[in-house]
Amino acid sequence: MTLSRDDVAHVAMLARLGLSDEEVERFGAQLDAILHAISRLNEVDTSAVAETAQVGGLVNVWREDEPRPSIGTERALANAPDSDEGQFRVGAIQESE
Amino acid sequence: MSAGDGGWVGRTVVEMRDALRRGEVTAVQLAEQAIAHRERVDGRVHAFLARTDELAREQARRADERIAREGDAAPALCGIPVALKDVLCLQGVETTASSKILRGFLPPYTGTAVQRLLDQGAVVVGKTNCDEFAMGSSNENSAFSPVGNPWDVERVPGGSSGGSAASVAAGVVPYALGTDTGGSIRQPASLCGVVGFKPTYGRVSRYGLIAFASSLDQIGPFTQTVEDTALVYGAVAGHDPLDSTSSPTPVEDPLEQLRSGVEGMRLGVPREYFVEGIEPGVRAAVERAIEVLRSLGASVEEVSLPSTDAGLSTYYIIAPAECSSNLARFDGVRFGLREEAASVLQTYLRTRDAGFGPEVKRRIMLGTYALSSGYYDAYYRKAQKVRTVIAEEFDRVFEQVDALVCPTSPTVAFTQGARSDPLAMYLCDVLTIPVNLAGLPGISVPCGLADGLPVGLQVIGPRFQDARVLRVAHAYEQAAGTAAARSPMVAEAAA
Repeated sequence: MTLSRDDVAHVAMLARLGLSDEEVERFGAQLDAILHAISRLNEVDTSAVAETAQVGGLVNVWREDEPRPSIGTERALANAPDSDEGQFRVGAIQESE
Repeated sequence: MSAGDGGWVGRTVVEMRDALRRGEVTAVQLAEQAIAHRERVDGRVHAFLARTDELAREQARRADERIAREGDAAPALCGIPVALKDVLCLQGVETTASSKILRGFLPPYTGTAVQRLLDQGAVVVGKTNCDEFAMGSSNENSAFSPVGNPWDVERVPGGSSGGSAASVAAGVVPYALGTDTGGSIRQPASLCGVVGFKPTYGRVSRYGLIAFASSLDQIGPFTQTVEDTALVYGAVAGHDPLDSTSSPTPVEDPLEQLRSGVEGMRLGVPREYFVEGIEPGVRAAVERAIEVLRSLGASVEEVSLPSTDAGLSTYYIIAPAECSSNLARFDGVRFGLREEAASVLQTYLRTRDAGFGPEVKRRIMLGTYALSSGYYDAYYRKAQKVRTVIAEEFDRVFEQVDALVCPTSPTVAFTQGARSDPLAMYLCDVLTIPVNLAGLPGISVPCGLADGLPVGLQVIGPRFQDARVLRVAHAYEQAAGTAAARSPMVAEAAA
């Protein structure tokens, strides 16, 4: 299979990666090669096999819903590029144009 | 050997522990020697990112007080220097995952595995370089610097925990923590000639570990001996309420059966692990190691894991899928880099393009594609099913044998820049990835040299049989005397 430029640009947007044209070109070719190489998957018969999502052997981990101290607003915000009045601050959600 | 001249460089955790208790050296002296040796070699190795000398000196002073107070009752790791892979959070110390997107990030809390070391009185001398977000097999994907292999700095140390492996191989610290998602502890251990252990999935809490692929990631130690690995593993293993995937199954004391030997044990040699691409020197060293185990009384038989070669394909769907989801959090809002733009969407796009390196972007793209509408069944669901097949093949083989022995890496350390094609790089982990997919414990223990470079023997056990894996590795190491092989950089301290 071959990925079109539009396919690659679509995936990049889903992943919120603002790739340059050169990157779209390069990653497109590399993804093609990788997807081709991993087609070995299709040779394994999995018709009677269930998916494995995790191998920890645990099923549903419960705990009591008890209030506990947390790290607090100040520490939570300490690494923020921008914050104001105890909150993370970002630019406009809507496009300005 | 006096304490002031670098005489403790290259010593083991056990040697340091015993000397501290006998009063032959202080934790402050060990810390100063580790710092001095780090400065001596790291201009060539580049194993370290953040250096934590003041923290180390303060921890060492407190450790000396504790040893004076508690004597032999002090914890085994009290006063002993350690290095931490830069994906492990240590409160207040810059933690970047070797990525530009996290430059300057000061974790607001300390991860559980690291905290357990601190509780024992560990002395942290720095954070170690790695492939960006632990994605890579050569440490060349670090945003800051590649790492040199202490055996030959023109060569790679392996990855992704290359800095941790190199810091131990160069003799800076007797142990370090790394993480292993597809071989990122075992493969660099093999290439650097040290012991590297990936415990059973769920044995060590991942709380405070910057996530790459959550169903595969596991924290584990690098050391010079298997006994040291057992000590460090014993310190960090065990259930943690802060990581719901950590196992409540009680941890067997890894030291209890460490010296029980392999007589009467049944060891399997998976024939699919000796296929094309294995360097002749690696094959020869591993075959000699297996003969040593046979001579110790183990029975050795060939077994088959037929879907081994599908492991790589499975991994390169599942790991990128999980990473594309985990790395969505790096968006320039709560921490790390922000490239300001006219809208939030544009800020996300620019921040992530500027902050992530090529391999991370490649894997996010691959994972996003595999999870996207229309391709999910063909790729992600299919890979999860093949993962089941691979895990069940191991289960069946472990009905027949107690443990598996095989090479860790198909090759010895290769030259920097030699594998610029992503697919060629992915092949580095072909013999380690299936262990992560099945959640098994696996160790790499040095088994001699090929062309003057270290080779690793991999021992794999059933889930939660971590102690058995350590026992097999220890029996081999003791019989072969391979723990004596040290990189040339260790000797520089005495020069």
